[in-house]
Amino acid sequence: MTAQDGVWLYGIAFADIDDDQFVGVRGVAAEQVRVVRSSDLAAVVGTVNLTEFGQESLRRNMENLDWLGAVARAHDAVIGAVRRRAPIIPLRLATLYLDDDRVRRLLDERRDDFETALREVSGRSEWGVKAYGDPKAMTQPVAAQRPENDATGKGKAYLLRRRAELTARQNVERTAMEHADAIHAALLRFAVDGRRKQATDPVLYGKRAWMIFNGTYLVDDARSDEFASLVTQLDGDHPGITLELTGPWPAYSFTEPRQAST
Amino acid sequence: MTIAGGGGPSNLPASVSRGQSTNLGDILERVLDKGLVIAGDIQVNLLDIELLTIKIRLVVASLETAREVGIDWWEHDPWLSGKSGNELERENRRLTQRIAELESGRAVPSIDAERPIEVEGRSNGHE
Repeated sequence: MTAQDGVWLYGIAFADIDDDQFVGVRGVAAEQVRVVRSSDLAAVVGTVNLTEFGQESLRRNMENLDWLGAVARAHDAVIGAVRRRAPIIPLRLATLYLDDDRVRRLLDERRDDFETALREVSGRSEWGVKAYGDPKAMTQPVAAQRPENDATGKGKAYLLRRRAELTARQNVERTAMEHADAIHAALLRFAVDGRRKQATDPVLYGKRAWMIFNGTYLVDDARSDEFASLVTQLDGDHPGITLELTGPWPAYSFTEPRQAST
Repeated sequence: MTIAGGGGPSNLPASVSRGQSTNLGDILERVLDKGLVIAGDIQVNLLDIELLTIKIRLVVASLETAREVGIDWWEHDPWLSGKSGNELERENRRLTQRIAELESGRAVPSIDAERPIEVEGRSNGHE
Protein backbone atom coordinates (compact mmCIF):
# COMPACT_ATOMS: atom_id res chain seq x y z
CA MET A 1 0.00 0.00 0.00
CA THR A 2 1.13 3.52 -0.75
CA ALA A 3 0.02 6.94 0.49
CA GLN A 4 -2.29 6.99 -2.52
CA ASP A 5 -4.06 3.84 -1.37
CA GLY A 6 -7.08 3.38 0.84
CA VAL A 7 -8.93 0.36 2.24
CA TRP A 8 -12.50 -0.23 1.04
CA LEU A 9 -14.62 -2.25 3.49
CA TYR A 10 -17.27 -4.65 2.22
CA GLY A 11 -18.37 -6.36 5.38
CA ILE A 12 -17.51 -7.85 8.76
CA ALA A 13 -17.34 -11.62 9.28
CA PHE A 14 -15.98 -14.09 11.81
CA ALA A 15 -12.22 -14.70 11.57
CA ASP A 16 -12.67 -18.36 10.59
CA ILE A 17 -13.77 -17.19 7.13
CA ASP A 18 -12.04 -19.17 4.41
CA ASP A 19 -9.32 -17.16 2.59
CA ASP A 20 -9.41 -19.45 -0.44
CA GLN A 21 -12.89 -18.27 -1.41
CA PHE A 22 -11.44 -14.86 -2.29
CA VAL A 23 -8.96 -16.11 -4.87
CA GLY A 24 -9.87 -14.33 -8.09
CA VAL A 25 -12.71 -12.35 -6.48
CA ARG A 26 -12.49 -8.73 -7.67
CA GLY A 27 -13.91 -5.74 -5.89
CA VAL A 28 -15.09 -2.22 -6.67
CA ALA A 29 -11.74 -1.21 -8.21
CA ALA A 30 -11.23 -4.64 -9.80
CA GLU A 31 -8.76 -5.21 -6.95
CA GLN A 32 -8.13 -8.61 -5.33
CA VAL A 33 -10.46 -8.90 -2.35
CA ARG A 34 -8.68 -9.86 0.90
CA VAL A 35 -9.28 -10.23 4.63
CA VAL A 36 -7.99 -8.21 7.61
CA ARG A 37 -8.26 -10.12 10.91
CA SER A 38 -8.16 -9.20 14.57
CA SER A 39 -8.91 -11.82 17.20
CA ASP A 40 -12.17 -13.58 16.23
CA LEU A 41 -13.34 -11.00 13.69
CA ALA A 42 -12.45 -10.31 10.08
CA ALA A 43 -13.05 -7.41 7.74
CA VAL A 44 -13.50 -8.23 4.05
CA VAL A 45 -11.61 -5.45 2.27
CA GLY A 46 -9.87 -4.34 -0.90
CA THR A 47 -7.08 -1.85 -1.58
CA VAL A 48 -8.30 1.02 -3.76
CA ASN A 49 -6.59 4.06 -5.22
CA LEU A 50 -7.59 7.32 -3.59
CA THR A 51 -7.37 9.25 -6.84
CA GLU A 52 -10.61 7.46 -7.70
CA PHE A 53 -11.95 6.69 -4.23
CA GLY A 54 -10.73 9.70 -2.24
CA GLN A 55 -13.15 12.13 -0.66
CA GLU A 56 -13.44 14.61 -3.52
CA SER A 57 -13.45 12.10 -6.36
CA LEU A 58 -15.95 9.88 -4.51
CA ARG A 59 -18.40 12.73 -4.20
CA ARG A 60 -18.06 13.44 -7.90
CA ASN A 61 -18.19 9.79 -8.98
CA MET A 62 -21.25 8.98 -6.91
CA GLU A 63 -23.28 11.42 -8.97
CA ASN A 64 -22.37 9.42 -12.07
CA LEU A 65 -24.94 6.67 -12.35
CA ASP A 66 -22.71 4.51 -14.56
CA TRP A 67 -19.87 4.59 -12.05
CA LEU A 68 -22.19 4.23 -9.09
CA GLY A 69 -24.04 1.33 -10.68
CA ALA A 70 -20.84 -0.61 -11.40
CA VAL A 71 -19.42 0.04 -7.91
CA ALA A 72 -22.72 -0.85 -6.23
CA ARG A 73 -22.92 -4.14 -8.14
CA ALA A 74 -19.32 -5.01 -7.30
CA HIS A 75 -19.81 -4.14 -3.62
CA ASP A 76 -22.95 -6.27 -3.46
CA ALA A 77 -21.34 -9.13 -5.39
CA VAL A 78 -18.44 -9.44 -2.91
CA ILE A 79 -20.77 -9.40 0.11
CA GLY A 80 -23.14 -11.80 -1.63
CA ALA A 81 -20.31 -14.24 -2.36
CA VAL A 82 -19.39 -14.33 1.35
CA ARG A 83 -23.04 -14.66 2.43
CA ARG A 84 -23.36 -17.98 0.63
CA ARG A 85 -20.66 -19.47 2.86
CA ALA A 86 -20.58 -17.55 6.11
CA PRO A 87 -22.46 -14.87 8.06
CA ILE A 88 -21.48 -11.33 7.08
CA ILE A 89 -22.54 -7.85 8.19
CA PRO A 90 -22.82 -5.78 5.01
CA LEU A 91 -21.38 -2.28 5.28
CA ARG A 92 -22.83 0.73 3.53
CA LEU A 93 -21.24 1.68 0.24
CA ALA A 94 -18.10 3.84 0.53
CA THR A 95 -16.76 2.85 3.96
CA LEU A 96 -13.05 3.62 3.67
CA TYR A 97 -10.02 3.54 5.97
CA LEU A 98 -6.51 4.76 5.33
CA ASP A 99 -4.74 1.50 6.26
CA ASP A 100 -5.21 -2.01 7.68
CA ASP A 101 -4.22 -0.94 11.20
CA ARG A 102 -7.17 1.43 11.32
CA VAL A 103 -9.43 -1.46 10.23
CA ARG A 104 -8.08 -3.71 13.00
CA ARG A 105 -8.69 -0.93 15.51
CA LEU A 106 -12.32 -0.74 14.31
CA LEU A 107 -12.74 -4.51 14.80
CA ASP A 108 -11.34 -4.25 18.34
CA GLU A 109 -13.34 -1.21 19.36
CA ARG A 110 -16.72 -2.54 18.22
CA ARG A 111 -16.16 -6.23 18.85
CA ASP A 112 -19.30 -6.73 20.96
CA ASP A 113 -21.59 -4.98 18.45
CA PHE A 114 -20.20 -6.93 15.54
CA GLU A 115 -20.41 -10.29 17.32
CA THR A 116 -24.04 -9.64 18.26
CA ALA A 117 -24.96 -8.58 14.74
CA LEU A 118 -23.17 -11.57 13.21
CA ARG A 119 -25.01 -14.02 15.46
CA GLU A 120 -28.29 -12.33 14.47
CA VAL A 121 -27.72 -12.89 10.74
CA SER A 122 -26.13 -16.35 10.99
CA GLY A 123 -28.04 -18.84 8.83
CA ARG A 124 -30.41 -16.13 7.67
CA SER A 125 -30.88 -14.02 4.56
CA GLU A 126 -32.84 -10.96 3.59
CA TRP A 127 -35.75 -11.20 1.13
CA GLY A 128 -37.42 -8.22 -0.48
CA VAL A 129 -41.16 -8.18 -1.17
CA LYS A 130 -42.76 -5.43 -3.23
CA ALA A 131 -46.44 -5.13 -3.99
CA TYR A 132 -47.80 -3.47 -7.11
CA GLY A 133 -51.43 -2.47 -7.30
CA ASP A 134 -53.59 -2.31 -10.38
CA PRO A 135 -55.81 0.72 -9.63
CA LYS A 136 -58.22 -0.28 -12.40
CA ALA A 137 -58.78 -3.70 -10.92
CA MET A 138 -59.38 -2.17 -7.50
CA THR A 139 -61.53 0.74 -8.78
CA GLN A 140 -64.14 -1.19 -10.74
CA PRO A 141 -66.56 -1.99 -7.93
CA VAL A 142 -66.46 1.65 -6.81
CA ALA A 143 -66.75 3.16 -10.28
CA ALA A 144 -69.91 1.14 -10.91
CA GLN A 145 -71.63 3.08 -8.12
CA ARG A 146 -71.15 6.37 -9.97
CA PRO A 147 -74.35 8.46 -10.02
CA GLU A 148 -76.18 8.71 -13.34
CA ASN A 149 -76.06 11.95 -15.24
CA ASP A 150 -79.52 13.31 -14.35
CA ALA A 151 -79.41 16.09 -16.91
CA THR A 152 -79.08 18.87 -14.33
CA GLY A 153 -76.46 20.53 -16.47
CA LYS A 154 -72.99 19.76 -17.60
CA GLY A 155 -71.38 21.75 -14.77
CA LYS A 156 -73.14 19.85 -12.03
CA ALA A 157 -72.62 16.53 -13.80
CA TYR A 158 -68.95 17.33 -14.01
CA LEU A 159 -68.72 18.15 -10.32
CA LEU A 160 -70.60 14.99 -9.39
CA ARG A 161 -68.36 12.90 -11.60
CA ARG A 162 -65.32 14.64 -10.22
CA ARG A 163 -66.42 13.98 -6.67
CA ALA A 164 -67.15 10.33 -7.47
CA GLU A 165 -63.71 10.00 -9.00
CA LEU A 166 -62.01 11.53 -5.98
CA THR A 167 -63.96 9.27 -3.66
CA ALA A 168 -63.10 6.28 -5.82
CA ARG A 169 -59.43 7.18 -5.72
CA GLN A 170 -59.49 7.58 -1.95
CA ASN A 171 -61.21 4.21 -1.67
CA VAL A 172 -58.62 2.58 -3.90
CA GLU A 173 -55.78 4.08 -1.87
CA ARG A 174 -57.38 2.96 1.36
CA THR A 175 -57.97 -0.54 -0.03
CA ALA A 176 -54.36 -0.69 -1.20
CA MET A 177 -53.08 0.31 2.25
CA GLU A 178 -55.27 -2.35 3.88
CA HIS A 179 -53.85 -4.98 1.53
CA ALA A 180 -50.32 -3.74 2.24
CA ASP A 181 -50.86 -3.92 6.01
CA ALA A 182 -52.28 -7.44 5.75
CA ILE A 183 -49.41 -8.65 3.55
CA HIS A 184 -46.78 -7.16 5.86
CA ALA A 185 -48.42 -8.68 8.93
CA ALA A 186 -48.54 -12.13 7.32
CA LEU A 187 -44.89 -11.98 6.24
CA LEU A 188 -43.80 -10.64 9.62
CA ARG A 189 -45.44 -13.58 11.39
CA PHE A 190 -43.26 -15.91 9.36
CA ALA A 191 -40.00 -13.97 9.24
CA VAL A 192 -37.45 -13.43 12.01
CA ASP A 193 -37.72 -9.69 11.47
CA GLY A 194 -39.11 -7.32 8.86
CA ARG A 195 -39.14 -3.69 7.83
CA ARG A 196 -41.33 -1.60 5.61
CA LYS A 197 -39.42 0.74 3.40
CA GLN A 198 -40.45 3.79 1.45
CA ALA A 199 -42.56 2.87 -1.54
CA THR A 200 -41.67 4.60 -4.75
CA ASP A 201 -43.76 7.57 -5.81
CA PRO A 202 -46.56 6.23 -8.06
CA VAL A 203 -46.39 9.28 -10.33
CA LEU A 204 -42.90 8.32 -11.36
CA TYR A 205 -43.75 4.70 -11.84
CA GLY A 206 -45.88 5.32 -14.86
CA LYS A 207 -49.32 3.94 -15.49
CA ARG A 208 -48.54 0.27 -15.19
CA ALA A 209 -46.71 -0.20 -11.94
CA TRP A 210 -48.07 1.46 -8.85
CA MET A 211 -45.97 0.33 -5.89
CA ILE A 212 -48.12 0.16 -2.81
CA PHE A 213 -45.73 -1.66 -0.54
CA ASN A 214 -42.00 -2.20 -0.19
CA GLY A 215 -40.96 -4.58 2.56
CA THR A 216 -37.86 -6.55 3.42
CA TYR A 217 -37.57 -9.57 5.71
CA LEU A 218 -34.94 -11.56 7.55
CA VAL A 219 -35.69 -15.25 7.01
CA ASP A 220 -34.03 -18.45 8.22
CA ASP A 221 -32.27 -20.03 5.23
CA ALA A 222 -33.82 -23.38 6.12
CA ARG A 223 -37.28 -21.84 5.60
CA SER A 224 -36.66 -19.76 2.48
CA ASP A 225 -38.73 -22.12 0.29
CA GLU A 226 -41.66 -21.81 2.68
CA PHE A 227 -41.29 -18.04 2.61
CA ALA A 228 -41.44 -18.03 -1.20
CA SER A 229 -44.54 -20.23 -1.03
CA LEU A 230 -46.15 -17.81 1.41
CA VAL A 231 -45.48 -14.92 -0.99
CA THR A 232 -47.06 -16.91 -3.82
CA GLN A 233 -50.07 -17.62 -1.64
CA LEU A 234 -50.46 -13.95 -0.62
CA ASP A 235 -50.16 -12.97 -4.27
CA GLY A 236 -53.20 -15.13 -5.00
CA ASP A 237 -55.12 -13.99 -1.89
CA HIS A 238 -55.06 -10.32 -2.83
CA PRO A 239 -56.83 -9.53 -6.11
CA GLY A 240 -55.53 -6.54 -8.04
CA ILE A 241 -52.16 -6.83 -6.32
CA THR A 242 -49.01 -8.40 -7.72
CA LEU A 243 -46.17 -9.37 -5.42
CA GLU A 244 -42.52 -9.42 -6.40
CA LEU A 245 -39.96 -11.35 -4.40
CA THR A 246 -36.21 -10.66 -4.56
CA GLY A 247 -33.44 -12.49 -2.79
CA PRO A 248 -31.65 -13.97 -1.11
CA TRP A 249 -29.82 -10.79 -0.14
CA PRO A 250 -27.14 -10.27 2.48
CA ALA A 251 -28.82 -8.81 5.57
CA TYR A 252 -28.40 -5.16 4.55
CA SER A 253 -31.52 -4.02 6.37
CA PHE A 254 -30.88 -5.94 9.59
CA THR A 255 -27.50 -4.76 10.77
CA GLU A 256 -28.83 -2.61 13.61
CA PRO A 257 -30.28 -3.88 16.88
CA ARG A 258 -33.88 -5.02 16.41
CA GLN A 259 -35.54 -2.33 18.53
CA ALA A 260 -33.99 0.35 16.31
CA SER A 261 -36.12 -0.73 13.37
CA THR A 262 -36.95 1.89 10.81
CA MET B 1 -45.69 -13.03 -8.95
CA THR B 2 -42.18 -12.52 -10.21
CA ILE B 3 -39.07 -13.69 -8.48
CA ALA B 4 -35.67 -12.17 -8.90
CA GLY B 5 -32.43 -13.25 -7.34
CA GLY B 6 -30.58 -10.83 -5.11
CA GLY B 7 -27.21 -12.21 -6.05
CA GLY B 8 -25.91 -15.59 -6.89
CA PRO B 9 -27.57 -18.96 -7.15
CA SER B 10 -31.01 -19.19 -5.67
CA ASN B 11 -32.20 -22.00 -3.50
CA LEU B 12 -35.75 -21.60 -4.72
CA PRO B 13 -37.65 -24.63 -5.92
CA ALA B 14 -37.44 -25.19 -9.66
CA SER B 15 -41.18 -24.66 -10.04
CA VAL B 16 -40.84 -20.96 -9.21
CA SER B 17 -39.78 -18.86 -12.16
CA ARG B 18 -36.89 -16.47 -11.78
CA GLY B 19 -36.84 -13.03 -13.33
CA GLN B 20 -33.96 -10.58 -13.57
CA SER B 21 -31.00 -11.77 -11.57
CA THR B 22 -30.15 -8.38 -10.14
CA ASN B 23 -32.01 -5.12 -10.30
CA LEU B 24 -29.85 -1.99 -9.98
CA GLY B 25 -32.59 -0.14 -8.16
CA ASP B 26 -32.87 -2.92 -5.58
CA ILE B 27 -29.09 -2.99 -5.10
CA LEU B 28 -28.75 0.79 -4.77
CA GLU B 29 -31.64 0.91 -2.35
CA ARG B 30 -29.72 -1.44 -0.10
CA VAL B 31 -26.06 -0.46 -0.46
CA LEU B 32 -26.79 3.29 -0.24
CA ASP B 33 -29.67 3.32 2.20
CA LYS B 34 -29.06 0.20 4.28
CA GLY B 35 -25.95 -1.64 5.38
CA LEU B 36 -24.14 -0.84 8.61
CA VAL B 37 -22.88 2.74 8.77
CA ILE B 38 -19.35 3.13 10.07
CA ALA B 39 -17.58 6.48 10.12
CA GLY B 40 -14.39 5.63 8.27
CA ASP B 41 -11.35 7.78 7.60
CA ILE B 42 -12.70 9.01 4.29
CA GLN B 43 -16.19 10.38 4.19
CA VAL B 44 -18.33 11.63 1.40
CA ASN B 45 -20.82 14.28 2.30
CA LEU B 46 -23.74 12.30 3.67
CA LEU B 47 -26.20 14.94 2.52
CA ASP B 48 -25.06 14.42 -1.06
CA ILE B 49 -25.62 10.69 -0.75
CA GLU B 50 -29.01 11.13 0.80
CA LEU B 51 -30.11 13.41 -2.01
CA LEU B 52 -28.84 10.87 -4.49
CA THR B 53 -30.67 8.10 -2.67
CA ILE B 54 -33.92 9.99 -2.86
CA LYS B 55 -33.50 10.52 -6.59
CA ILE B 56 -32.80 6.84 -7.04
CA ARG B 57 -35.69 5.82 -4.88
CA LEU B 58 -37.95 7.96 -7.00
CA VAL B 59 -36.66 7.04 -10.39
CA VAL B 60 -34.61 3.89 -10.64
CA ALA B 61 -37.04 1.74 -8.75
CA SER B 62 -36.93 -1.10 -11.19
CA LEU B 63 -34.56 -2.16 -13.90
CA GLU B 64 -37.42 -1.94 -16.32
CA THR B 65 -38.01 1.67 -15.39
CA ALA B 66 -34.29 2.35 -15.63
CA ARG B 67 -34.24 0.89 -19.13
CA GLU B 68 -37.27 2.87 -20.17
CA VAL B 69 -35.83 6.17 -19.03
CA GLY B 70 -32.32 5.36 -20.18
CA ILE B 71 -29.19 6.84 -18.75
CA ASP B 72 -30.43 10.43 -18.94
CA TRP B 73 -33.20 9.45 -16.58
CA TRP B 74 -33.47 12.81 -14.87
CA GLU B 75 -34.29 14.53 -18.17
CA HIS B 76 -37.21 12.23 -18.90
CA ASP B 77 -38.65 12.53 -15.49
CA PRO B 78 -41.33 15.25 -15.26
CA TRP B 79 -40.89 15.62 -11.53
CA LEU B 80 -37.17 16.27 -11.73
CA SER B 81 -37.06 18.06 -15.05
CA GLY B 82 -39.77 20.43 -13.86
CA LYS B 83 -42.18 19.91 -16.72
CA SER B 84 -45.12 20.38 -14.42
CA GLY B 85 -43.45 23.64 -13.37
CA ASN B 86 -43.60 24.79 -16.97
CA GLU B 87 -47.31 24.15 -17.04
CA LEU B 88 -47.74 26.23 -13.91
CA GLU B 89 -45.65 28.94 -15.53
CA ARG B 90 -47.87 28.96 -18.59
CA GLU B 91 -50.95 29.07 -16.39
CA ASN B 92 -49.39 31.92 -14.43
CA ARG B 93 -48.66 33.88 -17.60
CA ARG B 94 -52.18 33.33 -18.86
CA LEU B 95 -53.72 34.56 -15.61
CA THR B 96 -51.38 37.54 -15.38
CA GLN B 97 -52.39 38.49 -18.89
CA ARG B 98 -56.06 38.12 -18.03
CA ILE B 99 -55.72 40.36 -14.96
CA ALA B 100 -53.96 42.95 -17.06
CA GLU B 101 -56.79 42.81 -19.57
CA LEU B 102 -59.44 43.16 -16.87
CA GLU B 103 -57.63 46.04 -15.18
CA SER B 104 -57.21 47.88 -18.45
CA GLY B 105 -61.02 48.00 -18.59
CA ARG B 106 -61.14 46.61 -22.10
CA ALA B 107 -64.04 44.42 -23.04
CA VAL B 108 -62.82 40.89 -22.87
CA PRO B 109 -64.65 37.68 -23.63
CA SER B 110 -65.98 36.12 -20.45
CA ILE B 111 -64.77 32.77 -19.29
CA ASP B 112 -66.79 30.01 -20.84
CA ALA B 113 -69.25 29.00 -18.15
CA GLU B 114 -69.45 25.51 -19.53
CA ARG B 115 -65.76 24.99 -19.21
CA PRO B 116 -65.01 22.86 -16.17
CA ILE B 117 -62.68 24.31 -13.62
CA GLU B 118 -59.87 21.92 -12.85
CA VAL B 119 -60.00 21.24 -9.15
CA GLU B 120 -56.80 19.28 -9.19
CA GLY B 121 -54.29 20.29 -11.80
CA ARG B 122 -51.82 17.52 -11.17
CA SER B 123 -52.79 14.16 -12.52
CA ASN B 124 -51.79 11.00 -10.79
CA GLY B 125 -49.60 8.87 -12.98
CA HIS B 126 -51.49 5.68 -12.33
CA GLU B 127 -54.73 6.87 -13.74
